[in-house]
Amino acid sequence: MSTAARVAALEGWYTLDDPPHLLGSRCRTCGTYFFPRLATFCRNPGCEGTTFEEVKLSRTGRIWSYTNACYQPPPPYVASEPFVPFAIAAVELEAERMIVLGQVASGVDVTQLKVGMAVELVLEPLHADGGTERLIWKWKPEGASR
Amino acid sequence: MNREVAVLGVGMHPWGKWGRNFVEYGVHAARAALKDAGVAWGDVQFVSGAATMRCGYPGYVAGATFAQALGWQGAQVNTSYAACASGSQALAAARAQILAGGCDVALVVGADTTPKGFLAPMAGHRPEDPDWVRFYLGITNPTYFALYARRRMDLHGATVEDFTSVKVKNAAHGATNPNARYRKRFTREEVLASAMVADPLRLLHVCATSDGGAAVVLSSLEYARRRGLKTPRIAAISTVTPRFASNEVEMPDIATDSAAAAARHSFRASIAARAYEEAGIGPRELSLAEVYDLAASLELDWYEHLGLCEAGAAEALLRSGATRVGGRIPVNASGGLACFGEAVPAQALAQVCELVWQLRGQAGERQVAGARVGITANQGLFGHGSSVIVKV
Repeated sequence: MSTAARVAALEGWYTLDDPPHLLGSRCRTCGTYFFPRLATFCRNPGCEGTTFEEVKLSRTGRIWSYTNACYQPPPPYVASEPFVPFAIAAVELEAERMIVLGQVASGVDVTQLKVGMAVELVLEPLHADGGTERLIWKWKPEGASR
Repeated sequence: MNREVAVLGVGMHPWGKWGRNFVEYGVHAARAALKDAGVAWGDVQFVSGAATMRCGYPGYVAGATFAQALGWQGAQVNTSYAACASGSQALAAARAQILAGGCDVALVVGADTTPKGFLAPMAGHRPEDPDWVRFYLGITNPTYFALYARRRMDLHGATVEDFTSVKVKNAAHGATNPNARYRKRFTREEVLASAMVADPLRLLHVCATSDGGAAVVLSSLEYARRRGLKTPRIAAISTVTPRFASNEVEMPDIATDSAAAAARHSFRASIAARAYEEAGIGPRELSLAEVYDLAASLELDWYEHLGLCEAGAAEALLRSGATRVGGRIPVNASGGLACFGEAVPAQALAQVCELVWQLRGQAGERQVAGARVGITANQGLFGHGSSVIVKV
């Protein structure tokens, strides 16, 4: 059992609940979703909305496409030593009609992914910072062991 | 009203990893273009620079930086930044000045010095900047290229072999281009033996970042006529933004637009559509195209976005040999980014330089026979479309 403090790597982008949700905005006028959140002017050109409700986005979706990072990305990415390649997925959320990118849960390789595969949102450390784990959202194939 | 302008001259500094100041490449290219045009620097009335974000303040004010380096002579100045589309925007600013009667002759210049490796965001902790956020998550430029490559494989039956064919084709085109950085005729085996960067794309499927410079001298048609010149003309410059809800998974965003309350639109298809509309021509009239092959797989997407074939038919077009020099519609006769690597503010202008050499019949071994109309296409980070049509 880890005693490390667990905080969000990006403040306000997702809940730290179990299960977690991405936090978006929904325009009160036209119903368009935004991620990350938006609090000013609706970006739908046919809408003049200026008020938004904070919403939890669907925490499941289907893989639109996927890849991996075989080379260590440059900063601000904080790499482990040695660098461990990771998979990345673009996931289509049905209700929101939007695609959200994210890393794929650790231990899941590109060879295990397919376009159209159902995935769910989980939280995992993006990197550690002293005794603090910085958590980020990741996509995990549904039914994979947790 | 005729909205065309004449291209009097073009010039480049060869692409490479020279490690020198970007101003040097820009001035070299500018002098080459002026010489090609037969125009004295003192006769240029408008200087339009494409900015670079990696070379400090002189890069942010590239137009004035080049004007000073060429020797202040009182010309009016402009600098444009639109990431990879910066060159087209600088070109559009010069064309607008000419068509508005503000000048007869304009010089457009873009040049860059790039660091080794991945392009990276500006420093600092900046979670409000989507470009910073995606790098923090480990999402680099090749990630986006690979997402589209994998999608093509799943939807349209593209294979790694197809992506490799694009690279091998472009390498063969660029092998005799004196301005190209890589002039090696890569084989399939070499491409497939290179390291995996972002599955399914290997190092030799993905373009490098390069140093380089390109310049174009434009004038009014009237000016060219007075001097008795019959030159290629710019028939269209598209600098469109996306339409909401854009369906593009686009750098540097972490999420697409939501289409919950609006129809989805294809941004990439709209870029060329605007250029065709402006020029009053269609894809069937094209002799060649220069497209942004940031990765070999993206060239296939452009075939469809330019209307060279139907959606889903790019693989068949490639396999037919139509997009090779000698084929029906050669794509990236210059060698493309595969042979140049990307020098961001110079790249859109380099595409125009290639069309001009091709339309003049000066492209040497990579010459497209009888070329009369060419189109360029690229796309800059943060929603910048770029497409230029040049014709004789």
